[in-house]
Amino acid sequence: MPKPFDKLTATAAPIMRGNIDTDVIIRIERLVGNGIRGTLGKWAFGSLRYLPDGSENPEFILNREPYREAEILVTGPNFGCGSSREGAVWSLQERGIRAIIGSGFGDIFFANCFQNGILPVLVDKAVVDQLAADIEATQGAGKVSIDLEAQTIVSPSGARHAFEIDPRRREGLLKGLDEVALTLQRDNEIHAFQASDRTARPWIHSTRISA
Amino acid sequence: MPGRSLLQKIWDQHVIARLSEDTDLLHIDRHLLHDLGGSRGLLDLKSRGLKVHNPELTFATPDHALSTAPGRAGTSKIGMELLAALRVETAASGITLFDVDQPGQGIVHVIGPELGLSLPGATIVCGDSHTCTHGGLGALAFGIGSSELTHVLATQALIQKRPKTMRARFEGKLPLGVTAKDMILALIGHVGAAGGTGYAVEYAGSAISALPIEGRLTICNLSIELGAKMGMVAPDEKTFEFLRGRPYAPQGEMWDLAVKAWRELPSDPDAVFDREVVIDVEKIIPQVTWGISPEHVVGVDGIIPDPKAVDDPARRAAIETALEYMGLQGGAPIAGTPVDWVFIGSCTNSRLSDLRAAAEVARGRKVAAGVRAWVVPGSENVKREAVAEGLDKIFIDAGFEWREPGCSMCLAANGEVVAPGQRSVSTSNRNFVGRQGPRARTHLASPASAAASAIAGAIADVRMMGR
Ligand code: SF4
Repeated sequence: MPKPFDKLTATAAPIMRGNIDTDVIIRIERLVGNGIRGTLGKWAFGSLRYLPDGSENPEFILNREPYREAEILVTGPNFGCGSSREGAVWSLQERGIRAIIGSGFGDIFFANCFQNGILPVLVDKAVVDQLAADIEATQGAGKVSIDLEAQTIVSPSGARHAFEIDPRRREGLLKGLDEVALTLQRDNEIHAFQASDRTARPWIHSTRISA
Repeated sequence: MPGRSLLQKIWDQHVIARLSEDTDLLHIDRHLLHDLGGSRGLLDLKSRGLKVHNPELTFATPDHALSTAPGRAGTSKIGMELLAALRVETAASGITLFDVDQPGQGIVHVIGPELGLSLPGATIVCGDSHTCTHGGLGALAFGIGSSELTHVLATQALIQKRPKTMRARFEGKLPLGVTAKDMILALIGHVGAAGGTGYAVEYAGSAISALPIEGRLTICNLSIELGAKMGMVAPDEKTFEFLRGRPYAPQGEMWDLAVKAWRELPSDPDAVFDREVVIDVEKIIPQVTWGISPEHVVGVDGIIPDPKAVDDPARRAAIETALEYMGLQGGAPIAGTPVDWVFIGSCTNSRLSDLRAAAEVARGRKVAAGVRAWVVPGSENVKREAVAEGLDKIFIDAGFEWREPGCSMCLAANGEVVAPGQRSVSTSNRNFVGRQGPRARTHLASPASAAASAIAGAIADVRMMGR
């Protein structure tokens, strides 16, 4: 069940390269196995964060102060494209990230964020560029505020930006709703659908091979 | 009222409840599980005290974490544990498992169509982004994350926002040596890796109608690489012929009933799409990627982009990053770049027609010295059919290694990796940083182009191979 999200004021790290895919966010071999939850934070952005010898890459933003403490990412276009691996979100979450502000997200990654109580904020590229510039102007010291209830972002310079979000998603995050439990409350509707669909499309429902 | 599209027709048929203006609770007709996420989902469900809602609509197979070496030698301890857990948990829930060495096992997106599990008009999900592949049969198929996977296990339903619709029309006659893979890579090059974000794409036009089903599956497979989590082709007579008689396809009277319904699915002539793209396939030449996103693609006779010639600073930086990772020089021809590895396989290009196309190039020739070339059939059934045709022998005689079915070197989750700094031509779908192993360099191409590159020892234009 996701943790509720309402407001956050935190250090934000701009990672502006486009097309950062979920393979780059977390390598697949870190996700092989059923006991991986809780082990992923240190592998988030592994290929960017560590040098081939395993030491930290001092150039990478999350290895620098004060961005080490970042709870918000400000991202370039098409962040989280590629694989459906929810481990990408888990690794960011375990690394301490609670919100991502970007100009474009991979569709599946975007949905996975909400499932884990992470807020992805979709805004125009101009807003992302301004946030990144404001953050860099304070060398990361200036914090970014996000208010989900009011649907606003405040940049370190004080500039305020409104953002749009699907009302269902918003409510789910604000209350930390469990979608499985909610859908199960409609189980009679699911059964009713299946009963009538069995007449309309019997081939969908009889899947046992007779031969 | 304008006509309805294929997507709208399938969508409307699956709405259990309207949750908001643009979000519905959809019935899921087929849920496919694999070894990486399947047992995790089933265990998650158990820990919540819930049961699988419709085990008879759920199917499982191991593919990602298995070694594809003969006898599955070298499957990691953790890969074996995942396989064991998948066996135990599917059996406990009454879910059909297509197990190792059994007909039916294979890459989940190869076996769905092959077994007739994937049907026109069906909603199909799997915890894997390339589930869009099944759209090649006229299904509404898409990848989901782990939480959604648990949701489907528990409810046989999923909450989904209606996507925007895009139609990509491929018109004209495909030139010799150009394949479905080249068509879709060319489209990605045209619209970009985020061009389809938020859309369901319907592929249409004379060149799509002319494609055999396996080519349509290849096209739909790469939908996610243009950002679209759903891609589809309207079902037609070829679709029905492909499915007829497959183990899980409807039979007898039920078949007639199904085909009658499927004929109603294609988009109405006056259906309106949010975006339309037209591609002239006669202008397409075999494609190969040069960078770290599938949108980094050129014709094999083309030039690697030169960052110095690009004005936009963001684009220039992106090209520089890609070239540095790939160890390539901007402004040089892509053909002739020496390669270390060739991988023919993956849910994009491991079906019988793909292996035939590669074998046609490999027959009577030899893999260049210093190149390791693998052929990994997509499923146990593909493997058996290929062996029956003697394709394995053609490959082995030419110096390729012939492997067991699975995902293998497409994602490097099974110990099968390209070494750091080495260069691979791969028929898979992602040339991402580290996708085939840490610091591995991947060039995506068609099976024929990959086979030609194995023979040449360098990225090669299959049209110059004289067959
Ligand atoms: S072959 Fe590759 S892309 Fe396809 S399902 Fe397996 S890992 Fe994913």
